[in-house]
Amino acid sequence: MSGILNSSIGRKFAMALSALFLMVFLLQHFAINILSVFSPDTFNDASHFMGTFWAVQYLLQPVLIFGVIFHFLMGFVLELKNNKARRVSYAKSNGGANSSWMSRNMLLTGLVVLAFMVLHFIDFWIPEINIKYIQGDMSGLMDPNVAESGFRYYEELVHKFQNPLRVGAYVLSFVLLSLHLLHGFNSAFQSVGANNKYTKGLKGFSKVYAIGIPLGFVFIALFHHFNH
Amino acid sequence: MNLTLKIWRQKSAKDKGKIIDYAIGDVSPDMSFLEMLDVLNQDLIEKGEEPVAFDHDCREGICGSCSMFVNGQAHGPDSMVTVCQLHMRSFNDGDTIYIEPWRATAFPVIKDLIVDRSAFDRIQQAGGFISVNTSGNTQDANSIPIEKENADNAFDAATCIGCGACVASCKNSSAMLFVSAKVSQFALLPQGQVEATDRVMNMVKQMDDEGFGNCTNTGACEVECPKGISLENIARMNREYLSASFKG
Ligand code: HEM
Ligand code: SF4
Ligand code: FES
Repeated sequence: MSGILNSSIGRKFAMALSALFLMVFLLQHFAINILSVFSPDTFNDASHFMGTFWAVQYLLQPVLIFGVIFHFLMGFVLELKNNKARRVSYAKSNGGANSSWMSRNMLLTGLVVLAFMVLHFIDFWIPEINIKYIQGDMSGLMDPNVAESGFRYYEELVHKFQNPLRVGAYVLSFVLLSLHLLHGFNSAFQSVGANNKYTKGLKGFSKVYAIGIPLGFVFIALFHHFNH
Repeated sequence: MNLTLKIWRQKSAKDKGKIIDYAIGDVSPDMSFLEMLDVLNQDLIEKGEEPVAFDHDCREGICGSCSMFVNGQAHGPDSMVTVCQLHMRSFNDGDTIYIEPWRATAFPVIKDLIVDRSAFDRIQQAGGFISVNTSGNTQDANSIPIEKENADNAFDAATCIGCGACVASCKNSSAMLFVSAKVSQFALLPQGQVEATDRVMNMVKQMDDEGFGNCTNTGACEVECPKGISLENIARMNREYLSASFKG
């Protein structure tokens, strides 16, 4: 067990575990966001619950932050090692003949997702942390002194999606996330050693997930952009 | 057929090497790729030039020594063949063909198209075997019942000829398809169980020490493998390795 991260298979295993966790998180994040389209009040309640419930804030959130950081750092480590494994490249290489573009460009698509995450943190996460843990306002209200002012989450979401540049950046990032997942979803199962009679069915489901979820996020952004 | 060949020439391991162009005429579509190179080499010898060095032995797809990256693919454009079984009818008159050695830090070039694949031998020596006493009282192999599916899968894995096309095709120069075939061949059979834990740990360690890359599951190896070794073997090796490491 010791030093599993020192082996190629161990590193891939850890990479896949972090990725599987991120994919569960993404699904949960989507489930809450899509509420904003149907019912602003339910969206507000769910956001407030997630933003203040201790188990989410002090257990899941740190795991998530660790998972994200681990995932992209390990992505860099693997890429570096893989580059070292071939110092002289081919004069002519026809990668398209044997593998998908997505599988050969996980770092590129991942880097765009990383850039998006920086924007996303500046947009939503840092302001929330500031209000909750620095200013100490855990009420979730638009105006903490006026109970009738209502929760701020939905208003903030709508406000952020007014800027067409931001919406454009969201759309682009989610297209690249989709490409990342079109390869990554199945890859993660292969990495943990799962390749069996369910793999074919899983491949079908992976397409639904890898296209459906990012498309759903794009829909939410466009919906709020054009409806307010 | 008339062809332009762009061949990697490198005098020795230390030489920098470069691509050199050769024009070749009168190539018959029925020639194998290696016969075409034999003709080129005859020409070069007659002109007093150094022939192109390349590895070959059986010329029937079983020894795995003919390592050539042809037009951007290991063993050329056809599937399920080694370059000795590739025929010139797979090309067209007037084509330009790139011919390069396998590229991997763990497979250093010795000369021209010949690479040193002894890294594979060292991986095999680290665990690609079973230890049995063969001193005269060996029992008949058929006396141990083996599930048909396992026997078939073990046999499929055992068809790996150690050619290295998987490493050459992989964008990461990963040797996982080769190593997983060698691990699976024994992991699926009762005779392989005794040493299973040490085998997978030692072979993977040797693979990493040799400087092969990590698997990204692109699947290029499986497509280019002349023996059709399946990615399922890599998943099996991952399972074997992970359970072996958790056992400690
Ligand atoms: C933060 C920016 C990200 C970067 C820089 C990044 C980078 C990478 C890289 C380089 C790989 C391939 C590793 C290899 O060579 O096998 C990879 C795999 C993967 N990534 Fe990401 N990624 C990022 C974010 C994400 C997110 C947000 C998700 C899911 C919601 C995700 C899901 C996956 C999956 C499922 C895999 C396949 C794992 C495997 O092959 O075992 N990634 N990532
Ligand atoms: S797995 Fe296939 S490509 Fe790799 S060495 Fe064996 S026969 Fe060659
Ligand atoms: S020369 Fe033996 S496989 Fe090609």
